[in-house]
Amino acid sequence: MSQPIVLAENLGRDYEVGGGLFSKPGIVRAVTETSFSIEAGKTLAVVGESGCGKSTLARLVTLIEEPTAGHLRIGDTEATPENWKKLRTDVQIVFQDPYGSLNLRQKVGAMLEEPLKINRPEMSKAERQAKGREMMRLVGLREEHYDRYPHMFSGGQRQRIAIARALMLEPKLLVLDEPVSALDLSIQSQILNLLLDLQERLQLAYLFISHDLSVVRHVADDVVVMYLGRPVETGPKDEVFDAPRHPYTKALLSATPRAEPGGGRQRIKLQGELPSPLNVPPGCPFAPRCWKAEDICRSDRPRLEGQPHPAACHFPEA
Amino acid sequence: MADASSQIARTVPTRRAGRLREFWKYFSENRGAVIGLYVFAAFAMVAIFADFLAPYDPTTQFRGSELIPPFWQEGGEWAFPLGTDAVGRDMLSRLIHGARFSFFVGIVVVVVAATGGILLGLIAGFAPKWLDTLIMRLMDIILAFPSLLLALVLVAILGPTLLNAMIAIALVLQPHYVRLTRASVINERTKDYVTAARVAGAGYLRTMFVTVLPNCLAPIIVQAALSFSTAILDAAALGFLGMGAQPPTPEWGTMLADAREFVLRAWWVVTFPGLAILVTVLAINLMGDGLRDALDPKLKRS
Repeated sequence: MSQPIVLAENLGRDYEVGGGLFSKPGIVRAVTETSFSIEAGKTLAVVGESGCGKSTLARLVTLIEEPTAGHLRIGDTEATPENWKKLRTDVQIVFQDPYGSLNLRQKVGAMLEEPLKINRPEMSKAERQAKGREMMRLVGLREEHYDRYPHMFSGGQRQRIAIARALMLEPKLLVLDEPVSALDLSIQSQILNLLLDLQERLQLAYLFISHDLSVVRHVADDVVVMYLGRPVETGPKDEVFDAPRHPYTKALLSATPRAEPGGGRQRIKLQGELPSPLNVPPGCPFAPRCWKAEDICRSDRPRLEGQPHPAACHFPEA
Repeated sequence: MADASSQIARTVPTRRAGRLREFWKYFSENRGAVIGLYVFAAFAMVAIFADFLAPYDPTTQFRGSELIPPFWQEGGEWAFPLGTDAVGRDMLSRLIHGARFSFFVGIVVVVVAATGGILLGLIAGFAPKWLDTLIMRLMDIILAFPSLLLALVLVAILGPTLLNAMIAIALVLQPHYVRLTRASVINERTKDYVTAARVAGAGYLRTMFVTVLPNCLAPIIVQAALSFSTAILDAAALGFLGMGAQPPTPEWGTMLADAREFVLRAWWVVTFPGLAILVTVLAINLMGDGLRDALDPKLKRS
């Protein structure tokens, strides 16, 4: 087994909210006790509904925000703020919205060269340009696009530019924060295939954040299902998809439309709302919406454990 | 496919011109703005070529030709088309040279106020909360004073010269730029492209000036155009109160002040400088409105 590119142990991030002059600040636990590792050439998908901490996890791994608990190790280096500068070139991110993630006043070429300008000051202008043009070819853009502004491109092309920019520093890990959910269905598959192709060629590790399970099924090797900032089930893709152990995963899977006429499973409809992350119930966070919940679920928090893959549930499916 | 790509390649240069054309399209929809632009251009020309346009030196006194009316009035002379003032100086020459002073005041004030304001606004937008609060409350204090009064006090402290008047006006106009810049910076910095620049390793300075600032410029340009006229107006007001340019400088406000005692006897010595100020300020304001229509994406109709 090879050395993982990224290793997270009990990673957590709290935010203080509110806290005016007279009120006590509340604490939102956006991410708690999340552990995972990704090897080169592999994809770990993080799924869950909105507000479950997926994007916060992405920001932690991309070294935009400092974790308030746990460890994060990238390559051989502990990712503490002192080391961020050194690790910048190893981790890059592609954002969800290709309309907000590109600077409208910057030409595509300048955008691609910027990371090199900052991190490889010894490179000459010609070298930078050559590299930028090569990267454009790699992501399927034409060379004459080099001197254009982002507003001249479609959403899919913009996302290709964003991917090219992220790859300019030759990172080992690419964080993909819902990279296709803002795109047309027909463009989605193009971008996904481009990502898979790049992964194979460059041996990239992907942290793939998504709420779209059919996309995850297409790209992932391993899956982490998150609920209210905690992983509730993790395992290899096939196992999680074919034999979900946590009721939440089951509900999530039943909600994806599938192209099987007449067949498919019964749709599980969840009752109630996601509890406020400011006020997480003491037991299993899923208990208020779970159809299997019993007293123990409301008092004791289940641990992430079990066979064949770990799930945080007192009554997992076999 | 090859056809399509060469087609696109050929249209690239025209597209950049297209941006300018789009700007002109929105700008020219506002007829007042276009008129304002032409008047402003004429004003700038007069200011630049004052030495060639003015028939006389603005400070030469013609003995025996004091208070001559404009040529169309009885007693007027073609030698002095707009008449002369109380000490026999040609009004037209003084007005033309006055344009140069007004233009100079406008440019210097706008450059000083905008540079300082943009810098402070950027700092306030990026700084921790305490520094942001400090800067913004300071600006609020400046804004709380009636602007002309504050400028007057500053000039009284610094001494009454045109340069000091410009410094005072720049200081008074600065808070507007600070607020405007800070507001757009705070709006922009949460966007993904700024985060992307940080992930690429951009430091604070690079993020501030290279990434965020160019995206905040549109409202600042409009503000600059509008405060150009405010600066001219304030400088004239200070000149009128004897706190700006000192005689015999042919500054419009100072000319008005000099002519105060002749208002009833010789209407032309007050009317022409006043008209010059009015027309210039009006033209610039009209132009500024058109600029806002053309640059503000919120007002754009697609």
